[in-house]
Amino acid sequence: MTAQPTDIATYNFAYLDEQTKRMIRRAILKGIAIPGYQVPFASREMPMPYGWGTGGVQVTASIIGPDDVLKVIDQGADDTTNAVSIRAFFKKVANVAVTTETAKATIIQTRHRIPEHPLTSGQVLVYQVPIPEPLRFLEPRETETRKMHALEEYGLMHVKLYEDIARHGRIATTYAYPVKVEGRYVMDPSPTPKFDNPKMHRSPALQLFGAGREKRIYALPPFTDVVSLDFEDHPFEVQTFDQPCALCAAENVYLDEVILDDHGDHMFVCSDTDHCEKRREQGRRGDLAPETMEPTQ
Amino acid sequence: MYVAVKGGEAAIANAHALLADRRRGDRSVPALRLDQIVEQLALGVDRVMSEGSLYDRELAALAIVQARGDMIEAIFLIRAYRTTLPRFGYTRAIDTGAMLVERRVSATYKDLPGGQLLGPTFDYTHRLLDPGLAAGGDVASPLQRASEADAMPRVSAILAREGLIEPDGDMPQDHIPGDITREPLEFPMARDIRLQALSRGDEGFLLALGYSTQRGYARNHPFVGEVRIGEVELELDVPELPFAVPLGSARVTECQMVNQFKGSAKAPPQFTRGYGLVFGQSERKAMAMALCDRALRATEFGEDVVAAAQDEEFVISHSDNVQATGFVEHLKLPHYVDFQAELDLVRRMRAEHDARENGGKVEEKREAAE
Amino acid sequence: MEIATQAIEGGFVDPVFDAQTVFRAVMDAMARPGTLQPLPVFARPPAPLSATAGAIALALCDNDTPIWLDLVLQAPAAVKSWLGFHTGAPLAHTPADAHFALIATPAEMMALDGFSQGTQDYPDRSTTLILQVSDLVSGAPLLLEGPGIETTVTIAPAQMPRHFVEQWKQNNQRFPRGVDIILATPEGVACLPRTTRIKTMEA
Repeated sequence: MTAQPTDIATYNFAYLDEQTKRMIRRAILKGIAIPGYQVPFASREMPMPYGWGTGGVQVTASIIGPDDVLKVIDQGADDTTNAVSIRAFFKKVANVAVTTETAKATIIQTRHRIPEHPLTSGQVLVYQVPIPEPLRFLEPRETETRKMHALEEYGLMHVKLYEDIARHGRIATTYAYPVKVEGRYVMDPSPTPKFDNPKMHRSPALQLFGAGREKRIYALPPFTDVVSLDFEDHPFEVQTFDQPCALCAAENVYLDEVILDDHGDHMFVCSDTDHCEKRREQGRRGDLAPETMEPTQ
Repeated sequence: MYVAVKGGEAAIANAHALLADRRRGDRSVPALRLDQIVEQLALGVDRVMSEGSLYDRELAALAIVQARGDMIEAIFLIRAYRTTLPRFGYTRAIDTGAMLVERRVSATYKDLPGGQLLGPTFDYTHRLLDPGLAAGGDVASPLQRASEADAMPRVSAILAREGLIEPDGDMPQDHIPGDITREPLEFPMARDIRLQALSRGDEGFLLALGYSTQRGYARNHPFVGEVRIGEVELELDVPELPFAVPLGSARVTECQMVNQFKGSAKAPPQFTRGYGLVFGQSERKAMAMALCDRALRATEFGEDVVAAAQDEEFVISHSDNVQATGFVEHLKLPHYVDFQAELDLVRRMRAEHDARENGGKVEEKREAAE
Repeated sequence: MEIATQAIEGGFVDPVFDAQTVFRAVMDAMARPGTLQPLPVFARPPAPLSATAGAIALALCDNDTPIWLDLVLQAPAAVKSWLGFHTGAPLAHTPADAHFALIATPAEMMALDGFSQGTQDYPDRSTTLILQVSDLVSGAPLLLEGPGIETTVTIAPAQMPRHFVEQWKQNNQRFPRGVDIILATPEGVACLPRTTRIKTMEA
């Protein structure tokens, strides 16, 4: 026997109420007008936990409309569990079209990656951000870091990067690598590998960043200067991989290491699953690619 | 050949089906009804209402059963529902002095107007498991007072008559009370905002911090002036009406902590206060909150900030268990892209390290191999 | 028509989707300064508040956002009651208290620095100005550059504030403080965020 659900609790259309959307929309506009500045906003509890993309979900829920096509990725992949879960959430509460194809999406919500396929004008990339404050690990106090941003006092960050060089012979930051926006605000690019930093620079797409738990929204308008911090004698450089993707033979893309057996044998494959599938559909084959395509979902 | 793992959607659906199964448990055992939880796990319901910031026993009970008894998960469910509710207005400040009191104890006076009223307390129970409860036997009806109790002035009002305690906290005339659910937090914060955050803060976190002040980490010499539990009236001002509209009543627990005195050239010596107020019955939480409130007023009294409990950014930024559990638990989400970046760096640094250790031998070998 | 009726009519027909469409146009305009983002008529506010400016107010304003009205909009009671009924937004006591300012006659408006500029700590706490202009082609041409603009873009909004180029340069110099401008035309919206610079036209 199944119990009938009662009307004890009901939810608004698209989950967020209109007043909340307006508040977030106002914060987004300010963020766009002040690139790289973290706009405080009254983040709401969402039906998924803080730290699981609530900032990105609130931003997406506030901008999305019936004509949008949504793509959600986590670690570059459309099929990671949290990406699947967030995509299903929007399908359910906003009845919106979804896709895994980067080129077809109007809004792409992401955690930890920027798609390999170049973004275009009119697309919006929404980042899920855990700790929006790039200075937080150097100075835990909000009262202090706010002053530093106000005074454009970023010496601490340079000291940190320089200490890295003294200790390790190189800048030992590999993801969430700090950037400077339009020569003014130092900004956290979210925990994307530094491989993706150059994609932020003068991107034709609008980039929005939502940090739900920390209650901050920030933005990069299209064609905005985004420069990774570095030193003259230690210039910024991205990760390189010694071999191409084992499935699609792509080079100059970010690769995941997949462990194949308990002897520790491994292979490297595209972290961007859509990019990899597209290439294989076009007949590109890596060393370990199956003979035929596995059926895609 | 390698075939990537697919099927996240099916896996999630199956996991949730399994969760529903485990939640229900053995089907031969009757399913819990919400009224059973409301009536018999009332303090758990109170905690969920208090930290969920929504006064609705039935919804709290639903959250508890849906969360399989995981209190923080239940609080989270309530918060995520509450945040979608339209806001009709703000009630007048409740008057705890006019509370219909069920329990009221003071540690600072042997007897006082209105008396000491033990009420439904675990205090002085001997913590011996009661096999009678397992058998589900009948419980005798308690004795009830025949008539309305005497007026029960708050202990703070009694001390205030002699001017021996600081007055109730006052905000500036034009101060509009903040709302932490509608505005982003900003440090340093006004006391009204801080008290709101403490009231929905995690009971365990505040308990530990309050305890730490007693053990010397920002000791503030607390006396329980009073703890009272009971029903208070809620009233709403409606612009069109000349009087406040009664909305009903809510059960709250209030703690007035009387703390070490202060005086200065300007102000005569008097006791200071810490304040705790929570939905439902939870004197542990209300008392811990009062200890933390007093500790967090250090700057106001010119005290040195030396301990965690006095540090507003530290306490308030970490007191919310829904935020805390989300961020701690998010570590189980995939992080392999970042890990790969670190792995690559460590491998490179390790290779350089080995090369140095082996005096360049490795370098040569690698070059030969290439 | 009575003021009470005027106040109630002319709001969004479909509040959820109309607000989303208007916001997206404003967002795209703010992200791509100097481009016109077309908008159909969503709102029918009482004159002299324009349909576009009215729709933007409905999409963005509520009781958390005090609004400033210029003299022309302050005059008719119908505008105030329409905004009050549909948004719940209070009227700001001074321009410096306003989150949004609605300006029907930009050519006669007060100086930009009379509005809230935000603070160095919180530059977002500034006034967003919604200027009603008749078009983006018949005024003095402005050559724009800055974030959101690939190279340069030119617009020529009509009825702009006096000494606008000089005022805007000062607004730029206050960065990160400063005001942002939304231009509401009968066809749609265009924006000038505080980061947009006006290049002096070379002869």
